[in-house]
Parts: sequence; structure tokens; C-alpha cells
Amino acid sequence: MNAPVHRPDLEDRGVLRFITAGSVDDGKSTLIGRLLYEAKGIFADQLAAVTRATRKRTAGDALDLSLLTDGLEAEREQGITIDVAYRYFASPVRKFIIADAPGHEQYTRNMVTGASTADAAIILIDVTRVGTGELLPQTKRHSAIAKLLGIRHVIVAVNKIDLVGFDQAVFEHVRKEYDGIAKRLGLTDVRYIPISALEGDNVVRSSERTPWYDGPPLLELLENLPADRADASLPLRYPVQLVIRANGSTAEDFRGYAGQVRSGTIKRGQRVRVLPGGETATVEAIEAFDRQLDEAGAGRSVTVRLDRDVDVSRGDVLVDAEDRPILGKHFEAELCWLDRTPLDPRRKYLLRHGAKTVQARVDGVGNKLDVHSLSSTEEAETLVMNDIGRVSLTVQQPFVADPYDDLPATGAFILIDPTTNQTAAAGMIRKVTQAS
Amino acid sequence: MIADLDLTRTRLDHLDWLESEAIYILREVAAECANPALLFSGGKDSCVLLRLAEKAFRPARFPFPLMHIDTGHNFPEVIEFRDQRVDELGERLIVRSVEDSMARGTVKLRAETDSRNAAQSVTLLEAIAEFGFDACIGGARRDEEKARAKERVFSFRDEFGQWDPKAQRPELWNLYNARVHKGENVRVFPISNWTELDVWQYIAREKLALPSLYYAHRREVVPRNGLLVPVTPITPPRPGEVVETRTVRFRTVGDISCTCPVASDADTAEAIVAETVVTEITERGATRMDDQTSEASMERRKKEGYF
Repeated sequence: MNAPVHRPDLEDRGVLRFITAGSVDDGKSTLIGRLLYEAKGIFADQLAAVTRATRKRTAGDALDLSLLTDGLEAEREQGITIDVAYRYFASPVRKFIIADAPGHEQYTRNMVTGASTADAAIILIDVTRVGTGELLPQTKRHSAIAKLLGIRHVIVAVNKIDLVGFDQAVFEHVRKEYDGIAKRLGLTDVRYIPISALEGDNVVRSSERTPWYDGPPLLELLENLPADRADASLPLRYPVQLVIRANGSTAEDFRGYAGQVRSGTIKRGQRVRVLPGGETATVEAIEAFDRQLDEAGAGRSVTVRLDRDVDVSRGDVLVDAEDRPILGKHFEAELCWLDRTPLDPRRKYLLRHGAKTVQARVDGVGNKLDVHSLSSTEEAETLVMNDIGRVSLTVQQPFVADPYDDLPATGAFILIDPTTNQTAAAGMIRKVTQAS
Repeated sequence: MIADLDLTRTRLDHLDWLESEAIYILREVAAECANPALLFSGGKDSCVLLRLAEKAFRPARFPFPLMHIDTGHNFPEVIEFRDQRVDELGERLIVRSVEDSMARGTVKLRAETDSRNAAQSVTLLEAIAEFGFDACIGGARRDEEKARAKERVFSFRDEFGQWDPKAQRPELWNLYNARVHKGENVRVFPISNWTELDVWQYIAREKLALPSLYYAHRREVVPRNGLLVPVTPITPPRPGEVVETRTVRFRTVGDISCTCPVASDADTAEAIVAETVVTEITERGATRMDDQTSEASMERRKKEGYF
């Protein structure tokens, strides 16, 4: 068997992806820098380069951890991060992928992008800017987007706790304030940690300076969060990416359907239905290159062979034969507009969903979402970059349209501008209004 | 059959996760792009790509040719390994060389021994135009260098092959946008989310063959500016320098003129994994002389069409 290579005593908990929300002022880059640094994800020569850059830019002697995460030259000149950056570190039990979304302009677009693949969100709050008052508007905004994108786990990192004398009362005040936001938004799994990203309190090790906090430090929490993708009780969704054929190389011709299980589990011997066509067949084999599997769970890329010839092509979805998911032709969705060119309801767009691309039309724009208050505003006629709004859509061919909150993997889509080929919008299916 | 039981767990370990993601990406290229190519140099990251392509497409043939942009400054064992691997796979290899671009006059170097790493961009763009490739699959990783941290998995290049960091398409979920107009192309990086450690763990798990110079061997080197510069016809010792024979291994196997080994006794993939866990020097910093020049040198080269 394939033994874990360097940590035989420890269970490999796979990959956890999370997003960090907050601005540079909140110490976000410092927190990420701290995590990377402490987890030894930062190697010595990167540190050496950072020290050189710091000397160039400032007179101070202290190591600026945030410089480790500011990627591009243009941004370093401007002193802000303008795009989502991905960072990696590993603890002995888990690999982590951080989506670092900047908090300034184009903020909604960037955070939606980073949040789309995240299992968890770290909402960073600068405790010195809150004091005993209200939380900042951006905290509500970050939380609203986390909710919108269906991120299950929210960690509220109450940062700069060292600057308020490790005062429990201040921490409790922030917790109480945020509880209100979480309740309004319907966030169910929220955890609070008092940290100092700069000094390292409760980031990787529990701090002796917050004896009143009995929860785990941030890294330990991240190591133990469940990754939601792998819930085996969810219904099977297997979008076919590619039909693989090989002639003559083996005794019989090979015809397999390559794809990645997006939710649920596919099993040998299972009766499956091919959608939107509707034909059924039995799974004869699940191939994984040099071996055959009895079953494959969410996230695994395999090649499925069926017991009989049915019409299957790219974009079709295999589901359990007993399952009757809705094939949507008209539906309501939330769009986050990403492109500089605003939504034009008179135009057609390409809609990419699963492995399928179809033509789509926006029939109507409903309410825009105010991400500050998470409430609907007036009816809109169009959406411009960074807007989030409810629309009704019609697609040329029906597809398996699951509500995003139930099955993100088959409830998400993007719109592509067919003229410029730009990715114009991110979409989340809310409701199918008319089945095909 | 323990291995099968292990694989059928619902939960994926981190290598399974990375592998499945990369296979998914490779299949997307095959489905969405009309004329892709996979860049194969014989280096470890591209060896990983080949295994992933086998897993993505076998028993069928790869739906793209392999291509090597040859600087002409190669370690001979790497080229030997490259050809042997291509033979084993029975796939098609295209080789285009920087020296041909120099002969055409499209690449001009100040000196014969200058690093040809940057010049590769020119030859690559010429090859893309020659074959009309609309996608090139490469083994770059986001953790290699800061400028790559914001690189997309499907990275759009305009008709000049240029990368504009401000005009990159947002990537959401696993819904990649590979659409290009004629003359434009995408670079696709299926192992974007892998770190050097992941790569070595995967090589160990899959028992992948690599060129021998990735493993510890005795070699003549010259210590220079904290690096061990290999003694080759292109990088001879400078006057007054003392040649030493050391036990070393290469962490990257690029252009001879700018690739240095590190001192190491690690002679198996497992030993390299162990060393990588505790290593204090990242790959490029330790071994690539050209990247040390400036923190932003990679970003400049990427804008010029480099990977």
C-alpha cells in the first residue's frame, strides 16, 4: 500500500482551503505571513529577500511579515494587493491553501473569487478600531459574501489583542457584536479567537497572555475543521468531462467516461441515469489508471465504464437512477458581476456549468444586494462590476440545476462574454422556476 | 488489495486531492482547447505532469503532443532521459531549440555562455505560432516564486504571448474559461497548487523515474557566492577558483549556465522528501542564479512570455 511518506504516525486529513478577509490595516498579510512563517512554509532565502526589500522601503528594523504575501512588483509600488493570491503551507496533518483576497478596490469581485473554492473563512477584526463601538462595515461585507458563497465555517480572528492589554472584556464585546451579524446572516458555525498576528499569540501556539481563552490556537482549529466536500450522504453528481476511447490496444475496444465526482459516491454495480438524456445503465467499472475501484467519492477523478452503449457526451451528468434532479431551463440565480463591461440583458452570454457550456439569456434583473446591510435594495436594470443581484435566466438547453446551497458543485456557474471571452459573472442557482 | 481499500475511502489524502485536481484540469484542456501541447523538459515537475496525463487519458493516447524548448545548454543525462521516457510512452515529441532562434536572428545573446532561460520565451512563442497551439500545459507551481502566487490555472496570453497581471480572468470554483481568439493562447498549470514537498511525495508514492542528477552523486563544483556551481564546458572555473568534488543533487535541471546543485546525501525520493521537510532554502533561491538578480525578475520574464 502507499504509505504516507514522511509522517507514518499521523493521519493525512487532506486539503483545507480557506480565505482570509480583511484589509492590510487589520493585519491580514501579517497573519498570513505569521502562519507561513511559523509553519515553516517560509524558507530561509524567502526571508532573506524580504529583509532586503524591507530595508529598501522602510527604515525600521522589524521584519514585516506582510511583505511575504504581497506578490507583484506593481502592487508593491502601490503598497496594496490588487488580486487574489494563493499561499500554501502544511502542518504535519494537513495541507492548507489560502486565498488571500485584498480588501480595497474590486473587493467584492476578488473575495467572491477566493470564496468560491473555500471551505472556511477567517474574518479578521482589528480590535483597536472597534473598541467598545460597532464593528466596521467591511466586517459585515466580508461576512455577507462568506454566507452568499456558502462557506460553512467562519473563524473570527480578533486581532491586535495585545494592543488592548489582552482585555477579555474587549474580546467579549466583539463576540457579542458579531453574534448579531451571524444571526442575521444565518451563519451557523462561527468560532472566535483572540490573536496577535504580529506577536504570534494564539496563532500556532496557545498564548499565556490570554488565560481566559480556553479554545485552540488558530492552526489547531484549521487542522480540525471538517472539509465539507466529502459528505458521502449527498446525492451523486458526476459530470462527464471527456469520452475516452481506445481501439485495438486491448482485446475489446475501450469506451469510458472521464470525470471528477462532484458530490456523493459512485459505486460499481450502481444503476445510474445519464442527464439530460435520461437513459439508464449500470456502472461496470470505475477505472483509476492502474487499478479498478469499487467506489469513488467526491473530489476523485476517475473513468467510468457502463454495461451498455448509451449516448453520453461531454457535459452530461451521471446521477443515481432513483434520483430525479430538476433539469432547469428557467431559473433564478444570484450573480456577482466581475467584468468591467456591465450586464446587458439584450445580449446572450455563454453559461458554463459543470462540464457544459450553453447559451444563456438574462430575462430580468431583480433586486441588487447591498453587501453592507445584506438587504435588498431597489430594482436594478443592470449589474456593474462588483454588483451582486438576483436575475432570472433562460438557457438554451436544460441541465441539472441544483440549488447552490444544497449542492454547490452543481449549483454554481459562470457567464462568459462571447465577444471578449472574459469571465463576466459568477452565478449561484437559487431556484428553478421552470423545469424542462 | 489493501491499496484498493485505501483508495476507495471517501476522504482523499492530500496527494489524492492534488492528483485528482490536476487530472481534472488536464481533461479540461483536452476538451476545451483545439490544439494543445504539453511542455516536457525531462525535469521533475514535467515528469509528474506525464504521470498525471497517463492517469487522465489512458488507455487512449495523449490528446496532445509533448514539446521541449531546448536551450542547448542541457545536462546530457536529462536529454537521454527525456527521449527514453517519450519512447516508453509512445507519444510524439516536438523539439524546438533556442539555437535555431539564434540562427534565425530572433534571439541575440551578448555571450555564447549567457543564460538562455529568458531566450526560451522567444523560441516558445515561435513554436506556438508555428504549430498554432492554443494552449500550452506547463509544470509551473504557484509556490515557486512570489510573482506566480496570483497566476491563474488557465493563464491567458494575448496575441503577443504576453501576460498582463491586471487583465487576468477571475477563476471561480472549478469552472475554467479556456476560450481564446485566434492567435491568443492559454498557459495551463495543472500542478499550480502543489509545493515542492508535494511533488517529491508524489514522485515517491508513484515511484516515478527521474534523471539521475536529481539524486545524490559526486560532482566537480566550484563554491561561488553561496552556490555550488557545477564545472561544465559552459560554466568552467574562473581563474583562481578551486574545484572541489562534492556529493550533491540538483533540485531543478534547467539551463546548465544557471542551474546549481545543493550539497546532499539524499539518494532516494524518500530521502529527498525528508530533506525537503526540513530544508531552509527554497528551490529557485538555492539553485537559480538568474532569479537572484532581482525579486521581480520572474515577473518581468513572465510579462515577456516566459512560463
